[in-house]
Amino acid sequence: MLSNEYIQKKLVDKFGEAVFQFSEPYGMLTFEADKENNLKVLTFLKEDPELMFTYLNDETVVHYPDAKGKELAVVYLLQNIYAGIRVRFKVYTDIQKPDVFTATSLFETANWLEREAYDFFGVNFVGHPNLIRIMNVEEMDYHPLRKEFPLEDQTRIDKDDDMFGR
Amino acid sequence: MNQKQKQNIQLPEGSLGKQTSTLNLGPTHPATHGVFQNILEMDGERIIDAVPTVGFIHRAFEKIAEHRAYYQITPLTDRLNYCSSPINNMGWHMTVEKLIGANLPKRVDYMRVIIMELARIADHLVCNSVIGVDTGAFSGFIYVFEFRELIYEIFEEVCGSRLTTNIGRIGGFERNFTDIVFQKLDHFLKTFPKAMEEFETLFNRNRIFMERTIGVGGIEAERALNYGFTGPNLRATGIDYDIRTAHPYSSYQDFDFSVPVGTTGDVYDRFLVRNAEIWESVSLIKQALQKMKDLDPSVFHADIPDFYLPEKEDVYTKMEALIYHFKIVMGETDIPVGEVYHSVEGGNGELGFYLISDGGRSPYRLHFRRPCFIYYQAYPEIIKGSMLSDAVITMSSLNLIAGELDA
Repeated sequence: MLSNEYIQKKLVDKFGEAVFQFSEPYGMLTFEADKENNLKVLTFLKEDPELMFTYLNDETVVHYPDAKGKELAVVYLLQNIYAGIRVRFKVYTDIQKPDVFTATSLFETANWLEREAYDFFGVNFVGHPNLIRIMNVEEMDYHPLRKEFPLEDQTRIDKDDDMFGR
Repeated sequence: MNQKQKQNIQLPEGSLGKQTSTLNLGPTHPATHGVFQNILEMDGERIIDAVPTVGFIHRAFEKIAEHRAYYQITPLTDRLNYCSSPINNMGWHMTVEKLIGANLPKRVDYMRVIIMELARIADHLVCNSVIGVDTGAFSGFIYVFEFRELIYEIFEEVCGSRLTTNIGRIGGFERNFTDIVFQKLDHFLKTFPKAMEEFETLFNRNRIFMERTIGVGGIEAERALNYGFTGPNLRATGIDYDIRTAHPYSSYQDFDFSVPVGTTGDVYDRFLVRNAEIWESVSLIKQALQKMKDLDPSVFHADIPDFYLPEKEDVYTKMEALIYHFKIVMGETDIPVGEVYHSVEGGNGELGFYLISDGGRSPYRLHFRRPCFIYYQAYPEIIKGSMLSDAVITMSSLNLIAGELDA
């Protein structure tokens, strides 16, 4: 039976020092790797006959503006649906050069999730077949879910919009 | 005999070769049931390629959520899958409860199960009856909407609103179920099964409906997994993955229910799986009502005054309640630092909440795993090579909700 300790042991046996920062917040095994190794780790998790994390639940990005050199965290949430166990895997990237290899060759799920991540955070997924904005308009030149992007000031008075009553 | 004489159709000298045409389906097409646009490349009536465009009603919920207190995010979740908003609300409450480590009384769990299963019935009724509408059977739609109305009346009695419910609070419910709620539940449980049987008689073995849906819009189990399918759409391909059994929440482990699966993953299987799930939901509601009988009927929320908004009457009359009310509203309560993922079985699949807290009043980051955003990616692959009219029923059978897709 799969357990978090066993998954951790298998990962450490395979990758050694390349996977680190193991923790278990709220029972979910969480670990990190360098962004160059993200596809190696994902492929191992997916194709190892014992681990079988064949299902990509979710992929998203978190912005930490204060962490210099690792501002953007790409978070993968994988699941072995046969054993009902999930792991969270993170890679960090520099916001100046946000290049991360795409997971679309492993999981079709990643296609739109990575487009969304690119749209909102500006992570450049190298090798993605169709990396264009998905929710926002093409003409946008910023990434709105980054922390420096403010919400509109609710008290502004320069906007004359009869339709919405201000 | 030369090449030209072999052809059945003789094209005149110098005529143009065969051409495909481009068709713009949506975003405001009545057959798409929502704001969806598909640019189709057609060869006659056959679809060669499809390019979906999404984002027409994007409202930046994830950004707004970073500026709202936890209890103010519930109304945002209403507007994801608005056909079953109570499930979204409960999912959000449970995510926060997981973060703060709250233990809920069993009675609250069972009350939640009742509300969530009612919402699931409403969601499936809309989806399945709309498949009927798209195949030309309008009467089923009109017929079951009477019972969706009964469900909405129950929601109205519990929380005051019907579609975007904002039902419950972090830690339980805003008020106890009244006697009228139980009466309405009884009425629903008495009348609905008969109507549901008739609905199934109308469709399940209907020759026209079967011819129209069997083998249409199918997807293999392996592809469905790779595309991240969840919910009835995944189960129709034969994989029994249900969050209620795989990662039980809200005491679903106490209940006895089965997970219906299909085989081919086509429109007909999805329809049958949803119908079967409606029956399971009815049974779950009955079981929950039975289990509630043995429990203290005055309990409707957990004892977590730091997070559960007190009753208004107490706020006006009791000092402690006023203090807690003030603390919660002004964001003075300590919220643990951490990251948590919680998912619930929504009407159309796994609805997940990835919440990162830095201890502040609002989430540091909140990501919604919206099931239909993820499985809508497979739509071009599913409809390639099929007829335009098949594409329309495939779309309605996938149970796509524009509000959830665009978040």
